[in-house]
Amino acid sequence: MQYMILIYGDEKAYASAPKAALEQMHAAHMQYGKEMTEKKVMIGGSQLAPSSSATTLRLAGGKPVATDGPFAETKEQLGGYYLIECANLDEAIKWAGRCPSIQGGSIELRPLVKHNM
Amino acid sequence: MVGGTFDRLMREEYGKVLAVLARRCGDLDLAEDVLAEALARAAERWPRDGEPEQPAAWLTTVARNLLIDRARTNPLEVEWTDEVAQQVEQVAAHPADPPAEHGDFAFDDDRLRLLFVCCHPSINQESQMALALRTLCGLTTREIARAFVQDEAAIAQRLVRSKRKIREARIPFEVPDAAQLSERIDTVLTVIYLLFNEGYLAHETEPLVRSDLCEQAIRLGKLACDLVRRHAEAQALVALMLLQHARRAARVRGGELVPMEDQDRSLWNADEIRAGLAWLDDAIACHRQAARPPRPYLLQAAIAALHGRAVSSELTDWPQIAALYDGLLEVLPSAVVELNGAVAHAMASGPQEGLRRMADLDARGELAGYHLLPAAQAELLRRSGDTAGARLAYRHALTLATQPLERRYLERRLRELGP
Repeated sequence: MQYMILIYGDEKAYASAPKAALEQMHAAHMQYGKEMTEKKVMIGGSQLAPSSSATTLRLAGGKPVATDGPFAETKEQLGGYYLIECANLDEAIKWAGRCPSIQGGSIELRPLVKHNM
Repeated sequence: MVGGTFDRLMREEYGKVLAVLARRCGDLDLAEDVLAEALARAAERWPRDGEPEQPAAWLTTVARNLLIDRARTNPLEVEWTDEVAQQVEQVAAHPADPPAEHGDFAFDDDRLRLLFVCCHPSINQESQMALALRTLCGLTTREIARAFVQDEAAIAQRLVRSKRKIREARIPFEVPDAAQLSERIDTVLTVIYLLFNEGYLAHETEPLVRSDLCEQAIRLGKLACDLVRRHAEAQALVALMLLQHARRAARVRGGELVPMEDQDRSLWNADEIRAGLAWLDDAIACHRQAARPPRPYLLQAAIAALHGRAVSSELTDWPQIAALYDGLLEVLPSAVVELNGAVAHAMASGPQEGLRRMADLDARGELAGYHLLPAAQAELLRRSGDTAGARLAYRHALTLATQPLERRYLERRLRELGP
């Protein structure tokens, strides 16, 4: 079963964080990713550029039209993700609970839909 | 077979069989589907061929075979876990094999697993209880809706959503490991006690007490104790339920609930009270080692134990009960606990003390609209000789009480005051 770990946090706080704290967070994520890879849990993952870099597309007159900004303006923004493979939700909760970005943010865990085609 | 027997069987066996099936397929909807089909076959066959010796085992075998048929004919619907695949092979090799499970204990592990699924933190809190009542106790959506005083459609919707979530997020049909267990046990205990209370005063008017639900809750409580060894609150909960359940024969008379002071105590089950007291002793010993302030179930069990030991209402250790309520109020601050504490204080120090505390509660308005506050005030006013005041308070309580049974009780009390 595949689960997506979606990392939400306050971008403003992140942008104003001291360099040392960011480096520490980065190192923690490297370690976290390394461990999940070793245990064959991790399928992929990445940090996302800030939501100010987002482009939203919608159909207008049958054609996709790009506009500036993220799909939804919220207090916490999607800042990164991991895609993991776990036997069940409890196992996924254990891994997601160890994600370093749970500090000062929140983690959403979503199962992927498997299409039997 | 008469309908009544079948209903009883439904209630007693439903949760057991469903738990086994759900673990096998990880999907409650599917498990309920095949179980319904198995029950339909039972309704057709048992009156003709007689009830099997092990009804739960019979139902499990039939439903399991139906599940395997579904897995074969519709592989998209049933996820082919290794276990399902193995089952299919087994059944193909020995189609007439009797089920491996025999007796009640064989179902315990799966029921506990199902309970943890119902109490999973990713299931909406309001749905946990509904799901447990539906799956473990076999209550219908309508019965659950009545118990929660909610719309049947809303409950049905809630059940559908949580079952879908269990399947889609793959909540495991397993007892969590030690690390997660300590976080989840409290919710499990809460749901067990809610199940017990649902049986203790069934919201359905007939019967008033659903002993089968109470017994299931006690059994689940004991299972939880096996799982979390030396857990004072889990042991105290079992003690509390045993001590309360022991009074069941005295609690109802002629279709009416009898308050504890009027109960015929010779009808209390002495063996169960002894068992409850023994559980409480264990809980207290365990609690002493933990060196923490006592928690709610321990205090409530201690209160129930003092009642259980007393030969009459007059010879009850009310000062001790009042002190325990004060302690309970500290760990479980609630206006209802405060009201019960006020009643105990009245019994310990006279009606005026109780009335003073109730006036306090009344002034704060937290229990506005709750009929048991004026009902308790009425009782104390009657005892203090203020008949006019008591009459007024009973009338007030009657404007708030909606349950027919409680209304009948209040009306009788009011009549007994005389013209």
